[in-house]
Amino acid sequence: MFVFLKESGRCVTKLENMGFRVGQGLIERFTKDTARFKDELDVMKFICKDFWTSVFKKQIDNLRTNHQGIYVLQDNKFRLLTQMSAGKQYLEHAPKYLAFTCGLVRGALSNLGIKSIVTVEVTTMPACKFQVMIQKM
Amino acid sequence: MSQQSSRRPEKQKISTELFILTYGTLVAQLCEDYEKDEDINKQLDKMGRNIGMKLVEDFLARSNIAQCRNFYETADVIAKVAFKMYLGVTPRVTFWSQAGDDCSLFLEKNPLLGYVEIPEKHSCLLYSNMICGILKGALKMVRLQVDIQLLQDLVKDDKVTEIRMKLMRRHKVVRTVEKEQRYCGDT
Repeated sequence: MFVFLKESGRCVTKLENMGFRVGQGLIERFTKDTARFKDELDVMKFICKDFWTSVFKKQIDNLRTNHQGIYVLQDNKFRLLTQMSAGKQYLEHAPKYLAFTCGLVRGALSNLGIKSIVTVEVTTMPACKFQVMIQKM
Repeated sequence: MSQQSSRRPEKQKISTELFILTYGTLVAQLCEDYEKDEDINKQLDKMGRNIGMKLVEDFLARSNIAQCRNFYETADVIAKVAFKMYLGVTPRVTFWSQAGDDCSLFLEKNPLLGYVEIPEKHSCLLYSNMICGILKGALKMVRLQVDIQLLQDLVKDDKVTEIRMKLMRRHKVVRTVEKEQRYCGDT
C-alpha cells in the first residue's frame, strides 16, 4: 500500500499520522480486557511483546532503556523490510516504510496516556531500532 | 530445500483489525487531501490499479490456477480463490447477462466496512472503490479489459457491497511497457 506515495518529507509525515490513528484504534481493542499497567516499563514491555506480536507476528528482539524515559526497541527482522533487502540496498527508501510503524507506536502509547516521540534508525535491513522518547507532561 | 519452498508458499496473515483500521485511515487521509468525493474515488481506483498489477503476480504464484477458459471461470476464480485468499470472504457471483460477459459480485459481509461510518458530506464516496481498482489492475495484467463498478456499498444499514464486472475485451497482444509506465505516472 505504501508503493504509490511519492518520496517527500510531507508524505512521510502523513504516513506517520496515519500510523498514529491506527495505533490508537488498535491499542483500544488489544487492551480491552487487560489489567492496568503498573508503570511505564510495563507498558513498553506490552508494546514489545503483545502489541508487536499482534501486529507483526513476532516480538521485539531487544528492549533497552536508560530508565529516564528513553527506550530502544530493536527488531532484527522487521517484517515490513524483510522482502525489500538484506543489507544496504534501498536504504534510502526505508523511512517511508517505517514512518507508519513509528506512528503506530506513538498512537498506541498515546491512548495509554503516554506522550512520546518515536523515531527509527536503520543501518542494515531488515534490522531496525525504534527510539521512544517519553515526554513528561 | 528449494523443492519444499515451491510446494508451500509462506502464508502471511495480518490481523483483521490492523487491515481494516489502516484502510479506514487511508480513506480518511484522502478525505482530508481531496475535497470532492469523485477525486477520492479516483485516487482509490488508481491506488487499487497499482496494487492489483502487483498483486496478481502474488496471486498466480500462490494459487497455481490454470488459465481460465471463459469469463465464467474467471469470475469464479476471483470470487472463490482470490477474495478468499486476500479478504477471507467469498462473494456470490450472480446476475449474469445473456452473453455471459457481465455479472455481479455480492459481498454480504465486506471486511473493509467493519467499524466504518460515513458522514453525510461524503455521500458520494465509494468506500470500497480500491477493490474495484485492484480487480481492474489485476485483470489488465492477464490481458482482460474489464469495466468494474461499485454499485452498492454501505447501503443504509445493510452493508452489502455489490461489484459489477463487465468484460470489454480480451487483448491478444500484451500492452507495451511504456504505456503502463505512463499510466502509473498519471496524477
